[in-house]
Amino acid sequence: MTDEHRRTLGDMAKEIRSKNAGPFWVTMELFMRSAADYATVADEDFVNERVIARLYDLDPASVQIFRIPTLNVVKISFPRPVPQGGLRDRDIHAGQHHVPLAALVPAG
Amino acid sequence: MTSTPATAVRVLAPTGMLGAGFPPATVDRGLELGADVIAVDGGSTDSGPYYLGSGTAKTTAAAVAGDLRILLRAASTAGIPLIIGSCGTSGTDSGVDWVAGIAARILDEERLSLTVARVYSEQTAAALKERLNEGRVHPLPPMGDLDASTLDECTRIVGMMGHEPIADALAAGAQVVLAGRATDTAVAAAVPLTRGMPAGPTWHASKIVECGGQCTTDPRAGGVLATIDRDGFTIEPLDPSNACTPASVAAHMLYETVDPFRMREPAGTLVVGDATYTALDDRRVRVEGSRFEPAGQHTIKLEGARVTGYETMSFTAIRDPHILARIEEWVALLHEILTGRVRQTLGLDPSGYAVDIRPYGYNAVLGSIDPADGPPREVGVMLLVSAPDQATATAIAKIANPLMLHLPTRDMDHLPSLAFATSPAETERGPAYEFALNHVVDVDEPSGMFRIEITEGASRD
Repeated sequence: MTDEHRRTLGDMAKEIRSKNAGPFWVTMELFMRSAADYATVADEDFVNERVIARLYDLDPASVQIFRIPTLNVVKISFPRPVPQGGLRDRDIHAGQHHVPLAALVPAG
Repeated sequence: MTSTPATAVRVLAPTGMLGAGFPPATVDRGLELGADVIAVDGGSTDSGPYYLGSGTAKTTAAAVAGDLRILLRAASTAGIPLIIGSCGTSGTDSGVDWVAGIAARILDEERLSLTVARVYSEQTAAALKERLNEGRVHPLPPMGDLDASTLDECTRIVGMMGHEPIADALAAGAQVVLAGRATDTAVAAAVPLTRGMPAGPTWHASKIVECGGQCTTDPRAGGVLATIDRDGFTIEPLDPSNACTPASVAAHMLYETVDPFRMREPAGTLVVGDATYTALDDRRVRVEGSRFEPAGQHTIKLEGARVTGYETMSFTAIRDPHILARIEEWVALLHEILTGRVRQTLGLDPSGYAVDIRPYGYNAVLGSIDPADGPPREVGVMLLVSAPDQATATAIAKIANPLMLHLPTRDMDHLPSLAFATSPAETERGPAYEFALNHVVDVDEPSGMFRIEITEGASRD
C-alpha cells in the first residue's frame, strides 16, 4: 500500500451505513471487523464531533457519537441538514450519507 | 382476558411491513411454535411525507391483500389475535379504512368470522390548538416551539399510539386490530403486557422484532418469533435454516435509532445499556437485563405533513466531455439564465417559486460534502420546480426546456443539443409535502386521543 492509496474507513470496515432515524435525524454506523480496528475508529482524536461536523457541514454541538465495544461499532447521529422529502432533499432515506465518513483515512 | 397469569407470551412477527411479503411456511412454523399473537407493522415515515400528507399508501393493494390473506387464515386457525399497526403506511384514518376494506373482502371470500377493531389516530388542528394553549405540547429536538398556524397548515395529523388503545380493542373482543399510527413496538407489546409480562423485556423484544427478519443473519428469509417471560426474552427465526446471533440481535438496536441505548415510548423509556445477549444454540438468542423506566408524564408524539407547493420535474442528460469538464459552471449558468427568463416571461421573482438543479452523476446526491471530484463520464440533470400552483411550476419547467436542450458553456461558439430522457421532458408531480411536526402532547389518559370502532365477525353458518 502506497501513501497515495492509504486505507480508508470504507476499506477497513465490514460495513458502513447511513439511514434516517425518523424524518429529522440521520444516523450512521461503522461496523468494524476486529477489536483493533474498532480501537482505531473509537479513538476520540480520530473520529469526534468536530471531525463529523467538518465532513457534513454541521454544528459540532449537534453531533452525537456512541462507541459500542461489545459490537465493534461506532454510531453517529445528527439532525438532518435538510428535512426529509423537501424540495432540496436529494436522499429521501439518507441512505448514501455514509460516503464522506467512509472516505476518512486514519492517521499513521 | 386471561384469568391465570401466563408464564410466557410468544409474539410472531412475520415481516417488517405488511405487503413486503414472506414465505407462508414461516407463519405455519410460528403457529407450531405456539405463537400467542401475530403482530405486523403496516407503515413508517421512512418513505417521506407524501403518504401522510396525501393519506395514501406506499404499498399496492394486491401486496397487502396477499400478506393479509395468509395472516387472517393463520389467526383464525390458531385462535390468536392479529395486530397491524400504522395501517396504510402513515396510519391516517383513510389508511385504516383502506386496510379494513381489504380485510373485509378477504374475510368474506375465506368465509372467516373474526371480529375486527379499527383504532383511529387522526387528530384535528382545533383539538391540538387547545392542548397547545394549555401548554401541553412540547417540541422534540431538533424542532422549536410549535406555532398554532402550523397545525392549520397540515393536511393530516396523526398521534402515535402506544399499546394501550390496542389492548383496549382486544379487551372489547377484537380478534383483528387494525391500528392507525402506532409506535413500531406497540403492536408487538400489547398482548405480552396485558398478560402480565414485565415491561423491560416486552418493549425490548418488541423493538427487536419490529423489522421482522432484520435481526437475523438472513433478513430475506422471513420473520421471527420472540418468547417473552418473567426474566427476559428468547428470539429465533421462523425459517429453520436462518439464525439469530447475539451480534445480529444486538445490532438491531442501532437500526434507525438516534440513541441505541434509550428508546422513548409513550409510557416511558426502554433502557438496554445493561442488556446481555447470549447464544442458546446456533440460531436462538437469549436477552436479559432490559429495563423500562416509566415516565412521569405520558406523552403522545404527533406527526403532520403540509403542502410546500406543486412540483414539475424535467430531466435531460449530458455526455459531451467539453460541457462535463465545466459542469458546475453549466449548472450555474442554467440557473442564472432560467431566473432571468422566468422574470421576463412570467414576471416572477425567485421568491415566488423555487428550483433545484441536480447534476446526477456528478454530485447531485451529496452536493458540497461529496469527497470525490474530477469530471464525470455522463451527467443526468434533473430540474425540480416548486411553485404555489401546478400551472406555474410547469410554465417554469417549460421555460427551462430550450435551455436544457441547447445551453452551451460560456466558451462554446455553437449550440449543443443535449439528451432529453423523455418526450415531453416535463412531468407534473402534483402537490409536494413536508413533515411539519416533531412534537409531543402530554396526556392524562393513554387511549384518550384514539377512537375504536368494532365490527363483529359475520355469522357464516
